[in-house]
Amino acid sequence: MIDNHLPILQVLLPLVAAVLCLLLRNRLIVTTLAIVVTWATFAVSVALMSAVLRQGVISYELGGWAPPWGIEYRVDVLNAFVLVLVSGIGAVVATWSPSSISVELPRYERHYLFYCAYLLCLAGLLGITVTGDMFNVFVFLEISALSSYVLISLGQDRRALTAAYSYLIMGTLGATFILIGIGLLYIMTGTLNMADLAERLPEVLNTRTVIVAFGFLVVGVSLKMALFPLHLWLPNAYAYAPSVVTAFLAATATKVSVYLLLRFFFTVFGYEFAFDRMQLWIFLMPLALVGIVTASLVAIFQNNIKRMLAYSSVAQIGYMVLGISFASVNGLTGGIVHLFNHGLTKCALFLALGCIVYRCGAVHIDEMRGLGRTMPWTMAAFVGGGLSLIGVPMTVGFVSKWYLVVAALERGFWPVAAVVLFSSLLAVVYIWRVVEVAYFEAPSAVEGEGTVREAPLSMLIPVWALVVAIFYFGITTELTAGIARQAAESLLKVAS
Amino acid sequence: MMETLGLYNYWVVVVLMMTGFYIVVARDNLIKKVIGLNIFQTSVFLLFISAGKVDGGSAPILAEGIEIYSNPLPGVLILTAIVVGVATTSVALGLIVRINEAYGTIEEPEIHLEDVEA
Repeated sequence: MIDNHLPILQVLLPLVAAVLCLLLRNRLIVTTLAIVVTWATFAVSVALMSAVLRQGVISYELGGWAPPWGIEYRVDVLNAFVLVLVSGIGAVVATWSPSSISVELPRYERHYLFYCAYLLCLAGLLGITVTGDMFNVFVFLEISALSSYVLISLGQDRRALTAAYSYLIMGTLGATFILIGIGLLYIMTGTLNMADLAERLPEVLNTRTVIVAFGFLVVGVSLKMALFPLHLWLPNAYAYAPSVVTAFLAATATKVSVYLLLRFFFTVFGYEFAFDRMQLWIFLMPLALVGIVTASLVAIFQNNIKRMLAYSSVAQIGYMVLGISFASVNGLTGGIVHLFNHGLTKCALFLALGCIVYRCGAVHIDEMRGLGRTMPWTMAAFVGGGLSLIGVPMTVGFVSKWYLVVAALERGFWPVAAVVLFSSLLAVVYIWRVVEVAYFEAPSAVEGEGTVREAPLSMLIPVWALVVAIFYFGITTELTAGIARQAAESLLKVAS
Repeated sequence: MMETLGLYNYWVVVVLMMTGFYIVVARDNLIKKVIGLNIFQTSVFLLFISAGKVDGGSAPILAEGIEIYSNPLPGVLILTAIVVGVATTSVALGLIVRINEAYGTIEEPEIHLEDVEA
């Protein structure tokens, strides 16, 4: 009975819990509620994933109105996979959060407001992923975006405010561009349902309106996912937001936008139009490559480690887009699996940094001296995440880079493969800087031996759960890579 | 000629859209940027509403003797989009108040200057 309603529960659970947070207010109750609800959401998405693998695409009619008139929630392998990532990260970060926010949000006595915004953001991101309706995408996009502006502005540094403001301007422009694209498609076809659009669009594909709609959607989605050179909002937003917010957004928000890119251009417009006629890859591939190299280079020169990882995120978005721009089964598999793998990796890294902020109060590279000795478990987790970022075998980072390089060689683009390998070396450099300071320098005198201690277990366990996942999925690749391949094949409409 | 005039609404949409976009990009004052953003969003509302009008159609309220109705869906969609626009504006204004408290100014170059000096 309840099984039939899984798609709507996915959004409803965090949405209702967000409202409950406002009503309950008691700190302990709200924190417990947030943790329980996020884990329940994760359970729902795992159940959805297994249902999709068992019986194929699930279609859910909202309020019993048959699509294309009513809103349809449509879950296939691709978005079930993204749902598992987003809700899983949501649950792990919520479990990690209580100690962290008591230190990082001291001015905000009303912590229930934080959890309200957090759950709203989670509901928005899950909504974007689960829905099969174009306008619904826009609404959820704004729900998640508005709550993430609020979350970012909670940072202690006053620059968090300006970062949130510029994200608001860029994010709203991006969302409005997407809305224009949706409007133009609606004008041409009279439908908002994605599956229905995919059927009706071929008749009008040659009109200028559809081509303009295509352009608006490309730019809007690129802004949202921080594709180089539209990434300017991202580094400051991630650097000055509270650690818990950075970890959550870095692992989910841009990934959901990458999912939108796949959904719009493969499902709605179709591979032939987007890649053969409009030659989207000529636009995406150079931007992805320039983004990978430039952002990695800039990351090397950052002294604020949070900012360094933010630039590394811009580079990683480049890898995902690169995989998509190959438009081959291996390339798409690489892009999709990297979406998942990088979500795990970046979340683990930012959570480890969050533990350091919890103990030391800052993430400047000078203040990380000797942390390898004073906070061994945290730093070990950081190194584990760093290895995956570089792409060392046995970690998830290796799996995705392997697919990307194979896809590049398949197409005969060997310089592209060379760039991927070269940028891995850049990642070695920026991760090594941190390792060197943390392990090979004596703890700084100001802090003293006694003051910096290992982070509490309540924070270490979620971090290590992610690190274990990084190595687990790096060794047994069948599950993630298999699902990603299935998703890639269904996007390209190749029979498996 | 007639066709150009018939697309009057869409010309207004384009002009408003570009005006708003220009203000967002070119102005340094944070409040003016928000105003630009509002104009930009409003132009999109107009685009949707104009597309919903059916020639000779009446308002989409069921009544006797009326055969042709305008399309009600774009109007409903835009109602949602207006709510989103209001929410965005209020969050933006809230942030501006906080920025003004923290920096003592809402001019972008001055804010940058303060950050560089700090």
